[in-house]
Amino acid sequence: MTTAPSRSGSAGPKPGPPPGRSAAPRTDAPGRSDATVPGPRIVDEPMTGAQSLVRSLEEIGCEVVFGLPGGTILPAYDPLLDSTKVRHILVRHEQGAGHAATGYAQATGKVGVCMATSGPGATNLVTPIADAHMDSVPLVAITGQQTRPLIGTDAFQEADITGITMPVTKHNVLVTEATEIPRAIAEAFHLASTGRPGPVLVDIPKDVLQEQTTFSWPPELQLPGYRPTTRPHGKQIREAARLIRESAKPVLYVGGGVLKAEAAEELRALAELTGAPVVTTLMARGVFPDSHPQHLGMPGMHGTVAAVASMQRADLLVALGSRFDDRVTGRLESFAPEAKVVHADIDPAEISKNRRADVPIVGDCKEVIAELIEAVRADHAEHGAPDLSAWWKQMGGLRDRYPLGYGEPADGSLSPEYVIERIGAIAGPDAVYAAGVGQHQMWAAQFVRYEKPRTWLNSGGLGTMGYAVPAAMGAKVGEPDTVVWCIDGDGCFQMTNQELATCAIEGIPIKVAVINNGNLGMVRQWQNLFYGERYSNTDLKTHKLRIPDFPMLAEAMGCVGLRVESAEDVDRVIHQAMEINDRPVVVEFVVGADAQVWPMVAAGTSNDEIKVARDIRPEFENDDLAASVDEVAEMTEQALSDAETDR
Amino acid sequence: MSELHTLSVLVEDKPGVLARVSGLFSRRGFNINSLAVGPTEHPDISRMTIVVEVDELPMEQVTKQLNKLVHVIKIVELEPESSVQRELLLVKVRADATVRSQVLETVQLFRAKVVDVSPEAVTIEATGDADKLNALLRMLEPYGVREMVQSGMVAVGRGPRSITAAAVR
Repeated sequence: MTTAPSRSGSAGPKPGPPPGRSAAPRTDAPGRSDATVPGPRIVDEPMTGAQSLVRSLEEIGCEVVFGLPGGTILPAYDPLLDSTKVRHILVRHEQGAGHAATGYAQATGKVGVCMATSGPGATNLVTPIADAHMDSVPLVAITGQQTRPLIGTDAFQEADITGITMPVTKHNVLVTEATEIPRAIAEAFHLASTGRPGPVLVDIPKDVLQEQTTFSWPPELQLPGYRPTTRPHGKQIREAARLIRESAKPVLYVGGGVLKAEAAEELRALAELTGAPVVTTLMARGVFPDSHPQHLGMPGMHGTVAAVASMQRADLLVALGSRFDDRVTGRLESFAPEAKVVHADIDPAEISKNRRADVPIVGDCKEVIAELIEAVRADHAEHGAPDLSAWWKQMGGLRDRYPLGYGEPADGSLSPEYVIERIGAIAGPDAVYAAGVGQHQMWAAQFVRYEKPRTWLNSGGLGTMGYAVPAAMGAKVGEPDTVVWCIDGDGCFQMTNQELATCAIEGIPIKVAVINNGNLGMVRQWQNLFYGERYSNTDLKTHKLRIPDFPMLAEAMGCVGLRVESAEDVDRVIHQAMEINDRPVVVEFVVGADAQVWPMVAAGTSNDEIKVARDIRPEFENDDLAASVDEVAEMTEQALSDAETDR
Repeated sequence: MSELHTLSVLVEDKPGVLARVSGLFSRRGFNINSLAVGPTEHPDISRMTIVVEVDELPMEQVTKQLNKLVHVIKIVELEPESSVQRELLLVKVRADATVRSQVLETVQLFRAKVVDVSPEAVTIEATGDADKLNALLRMLEPYGVREMVQSGMVAVGRGPRSITAAAVR
């Protein structure tokens, strides 16, 4: 067996709508919910609220739900048992359900669905919901709630989950009548997947699920206040095209929004048309091929020197679906000091939130980039294309001089970067990679070569340790024919590895690399750099005591457990893991504790302070071409005053 | 320098909508000076008048973030010069027989009215903009303010044009 079994088989429903693509553009129809919900017309079929919920999920095209039942959601699980269209995957912890739904959504572009009971079941979903909120993942969370008469009485397993998740959802709703269930589900899917995607929580009291009701489909959406703008403004597009033509030092600053808009092809066309350097943020890795000659890599705290320097020295940033996150900009006041900014995003609130935009463009990145291509082409036809050769000489030079790299550990231990690089090389660009949070995440972003969208999954915004195993599980469910590697750290892995049991039982053969450096590595790196090498509570003893024994832990959960301790075994064992497809496989790579992630811009400092290794600054500012405005002014002033003295 | 901005916000009359709006202000670090909610000419729609103290650029963030709330239908900023802005004040002032006539004179000067009288105190109702109510309070303070309560500001634009949800439904 090489793929996860699917109860739906080939007769399953059509896939759900991908984010941003499901509804007709409805910018010009305020208040009228004319979004089309797929499915046949069904009128007033009698059933319970629970049956109505499951039918709604079937009608909307939901193929899989990750969840765990409990008291208040019990009624929903009864009809779920009979559903031939919706596969339920029983997780071991609700957090796993949430991240699995997220991984599923990120790998497929469809809406991920998770389900839990009230109280602790619901609060266990809060972390993955917040995670999906920060990374704009289309997620629908369905929770049971205490019966209506008990709400507000501190009843058993009662939690105000709509109140709790208000700040971390795109929207949430407490359903108070069974007749509202189909509309609530349809609206949740619509909200989650259109505009800027995000998590939507639907809380349903137990007695609402038990109530007799009637089911009609499709329901009419009632969202008068929800009108995402997808079509960009023509004048802004022309203005952006003009700035692009006038720029001698442009950079395309590409974020996760381009990936979510399924605009990789358009991006490539725009990049090749303008000839501008491209940088892809942590959330956008894969949307532009790493092998493309115009790609300078990832910007930000652990970005490449060329990517960081290009933004610092640019005269124009074309921000596409990116949000000027503090991990990208460093100290905001000194970020890209000479650059004008074109900022395109589907969320108007992102524009000028952190950095003022000279040309704001609200719209879906697919439409924005397509229109930009037209406008730039027309502009070039009239005025000619700019010459970027000096800019490329400078940036290409930096890329050649400061490639990503790592040294061999002095103590002879296995290099974590090497391990991750080899996994990427052997599994190749068709595999999906899910990482946890920390050093291994940054190395996986740096040393795996991404060529395709939706092959790199990680927790970028919230930085959720423990994301990787369940996210990889969800990705493998969504893409059963694709190799899915979970690249995890020994810290992260100990947070959510219980889902390996789910993987083993449900037939979800993911591959897990535990990069065991014995420590909470990223925290230890900061202690090394900023806390005088005082290693407070970062030693997990996963080296010293070998607790837990990872291969044994894996075997105990029905997986194959392997261990690698020396460089010469790395390739062989990765190949061995690639051959195992009937079970999940966990490979522990025992790596050195002292490897650090470089380059690095220390938190709160300027991107100009980037270090390629401890205490080593790259020389991009002493470059003649790269001299900053201030330096030029200073030199000019000095020359003038020298001339004065001479006279 | 921060200044006061008056926002008129049309929202769907749904449970929790006030919590959504006020929660957004607190978690994004914006200060609400006053907030008033009430029904509108449309039964499903409520109107909030929010006075917020921020600079121009954060102000843009406030409205953009508010607009992202699904239950928020429309937001209009009302400029003081082109809108009527009113607050309601109820104030209980110590006023025995010796000073009652002086207090009543002040009440008349401000076109306020007395809504309750007892041997030791009068309760005064006044409406107006913040400046007028502050002036009234300053005049009454010497007599002894025993209790006061004030509403949030409500405001409506001048002229024939209106902010309605008509276009929305």
